[in-house]
Amino acid sequence: MERDTLHRMLRDMLLSRAFEERAAEEYTKGNIVGFLHLYPGEEAVGAGIINAAGPSDYIVSTYREHGHALMRGTPAREVMAELFGRAGGVSGGMGGSMHMFDSKLRFMGGYALVGESCPIALGIAYAVAMRELPEAVICFFGDGAVNQGTFHESLNMAGLWRLPLLFVCENNHYAIGTEIHRHSAVVEVSKRAAAYNIPAEKVDGMDVLKVYDAARRALDRIRAGGGPQFIECDTYRYGGHSMADPGSYRPAVEVKAHKASDPISAAIREVEFRYPTQAELADVGPDNIGHLTAHMVEAGHLAEADVEILKKEVQAIVEDAAQFALQSPQPTMEAAWAHMNCNRHNEVLI
Amino acid sequence: MSEELLYWQALNRAMDAELAADASVFTLGEDVGLVGGSYRVTEGLMAKYGEWRVRDTPISENSFTGLGVGAALAGMRPVVEIMTINFMLLALDSIINAAAKIPFMSGGQFSMPLVIRVPGGIAHQLGAQHSQRLEHTVMNVPGLRIAVPSTPQDAYWQLRQSIVSDEPIILLEHELLYFSKGAVDMLADAPPMHRALVRREGRDLTIISYSRHAILSREAADQLAKEGIEAEVIDLRSLKPIDWDTCATSVEKTHRVLVVEEDCRFAGAGAEIAATLAERCFDSLDAPVQRLAGLDISTPFNGALEAATIPQVPDIVAAAREMCRPTQGNMAGTKSASSPKPPNSGKATAAEKAA
Repeated sequence: MERDTLHRMLRDMLLSRAFEERAAEEYTKGNIVGFLHLYPGEEAVGAGIINAAGPSDYIVSTYREHGHALMRGTPAREVMAELFGRAGGVSGGMGGSMHMFDSKLRFMGGYALVGESCPIALGIAYAVAMRELPEAVICFFGDGAVNQGTFHESLNMAGLWRLPLLFVCENNHYAIGTEIHRHSAVVEVSKRAAAYNIPAEKVDGMDVLKVYDAARRALDRIRAGGGPQFIECDTYRYGGHSMADPGSYRPAVEVKAHKASDPISAAIREVEFRYPTQAELADVGPDNIGHLTAHMVEAGHLAEADVEILKKEVQAIVEDAAQFALQSPQPTMEAAWAHMNCNRHNEVLI
Repeated sequence: MSEELLYWQALNRAMDAELAADASVFTLGEDVGLVGGSYRVTEGLMAKYGEWRVRDTPISENSFTGLGVGAALAGMRPVVEIMTINFMLLALDSIINAAAKIPFMSGGQFSMPLVIRVPGGIAHQLGAQHSQRLEHTVMNVPGLRIAVPSTPQDAYWQLRQSIVSDEPIILLEHELLYFSKGAVDMLADAPPMHRALVRREGRDLTIISYSRHAILSREAADQLAKEGIEAEVIDLRSLKPIDWDTCATSVEKTHRVLVVEEDCRFAGAGAEIAATLAERCFDSLDAPVQRLAGLDISTPFNGALEAATIPQVPDIVAAAREMCRPTQGNMAGTKSASSPKPPNSGKATAAEKAA
């Protein structure tokens, strides 16, 4: 793998992690209100998939999409200002945490209804196929979405018409608070793609190299006319479903369901309004960022000191983003009405 | 130069014209391709434009409507046909949460040139699950526009206007109108899509209606004329936005309003019209705005009972006649005439103030 790609992915993951930790802090301070779904734990999925995509590909995301937007290239300032609900936000303060849109980067939105990203991505892929363009569409969703009708309906139509669509399941094992064995009759999500004649692969979603490789292969098959592809990324979120959710259901439920033998449970049991400490994470094995760092150091791409430099860089970006967001003006009602009527142009209605 | 066309044929011509004019236009829905649509609206179009532009879909309303939303985001102009409005209930997430909100939520970054065509209303004995109107549901959603064509000419104009607009528009087509005939001038300049039209002029009261009941209201007005009551009939043609100016101008002339709708009375379009005209035209009204609407009942399968649940022409005639009936001490048609039922409390107060 190219050194630049590795560096970019590590930087993306570190930036996403630092950004989300700062967002949690700003939420506690009251600068961010409402729902805030954080990405720590799942960074390898976004970094691997989005770095494998080309600039003319489309990304359709979910409500846990700050990291996706950052990795796609939306400036951290604009993502943070959107979390603050300010005019300088990427969606002008109209969308908020769950609705980041960046049309210039073909980042086609975060959608807050579970399973809603599937038909949207399906439609974009239909538009691409109809015009016979060499583009692909990437559709993110979680394991909770696979029990929605839209998931099955969209897989069916994508398979039927051979659309250039990459389905990416971020399987973090929880549909909000319900563990996958309690929400799915078949817990191997990738198997479901077989019902719609879509090639599927399950990868370790904590290993960005494996995610990236799988995404490259899948996108190559799509561009070669192979139709839709499906990647299930086995991952885990370190926090609760959102900042409003301490994730306290997990120790109780998992102790019952998995007994004490599940190594991840050890870290989770302590989770309240914080992430596990580095020491706790070390106990459960290298995390996604640690894994990539180790690989890069081992392969001679990166000196350990470089990681510290990268961390400082992303910290500076996040600090700047938070300052920008704080200083960004509040949007006006005039702006809200202008957005509401943004497509009216000079059309005479009456 | 106009041509006599059936309502479905007018829609078919409009669809054909837009498919020919713009390569980004396409249509999709259940049986719209090979079969040509349940009401023949897309007949012959798949043969002419191919299956990518006239696409038969599986029975997956929420996702093929969402497909339309996604395609619109990517620069296409999709026309989604939902086979009947009853199935639109399954697509409301795509319509309300996605189509109506994305342009706004994105801070104005995306256009949403999406048209959703929906046959609906009470046809002939289709049972409760296939005999309903849902205009009240979509009227309450910011970001949507709703057109309700009642004539072949309007069907032609409003479908073409919907397709070229960059905003999401729902076209509510009445199932009993598809085989109604009317003159269509394909070269004439269309009025703005949401302008109401005065179908018949009159001085004694204003009947405001839309879709099939605008046609029935006109029939009722012809009968009322034989009794010496001249009703002005307004066909709204649109439920969002509503052309209040045309309504208010008429109220200032007639001083009485009867709203006729097929939809259930409770919290329906008529309620919105009555409330707004009461606020806006209080000083011009001689009587409270009256509503004649569908009953708050699921539509019975039995034909006679079905007919009894929605306003028919004789009901419109009777309601209008009652509103124009002279009351004790008053003359019909004068400014102070009032409806005896319910008591004209508001106007009496205004009259007292004037005295």
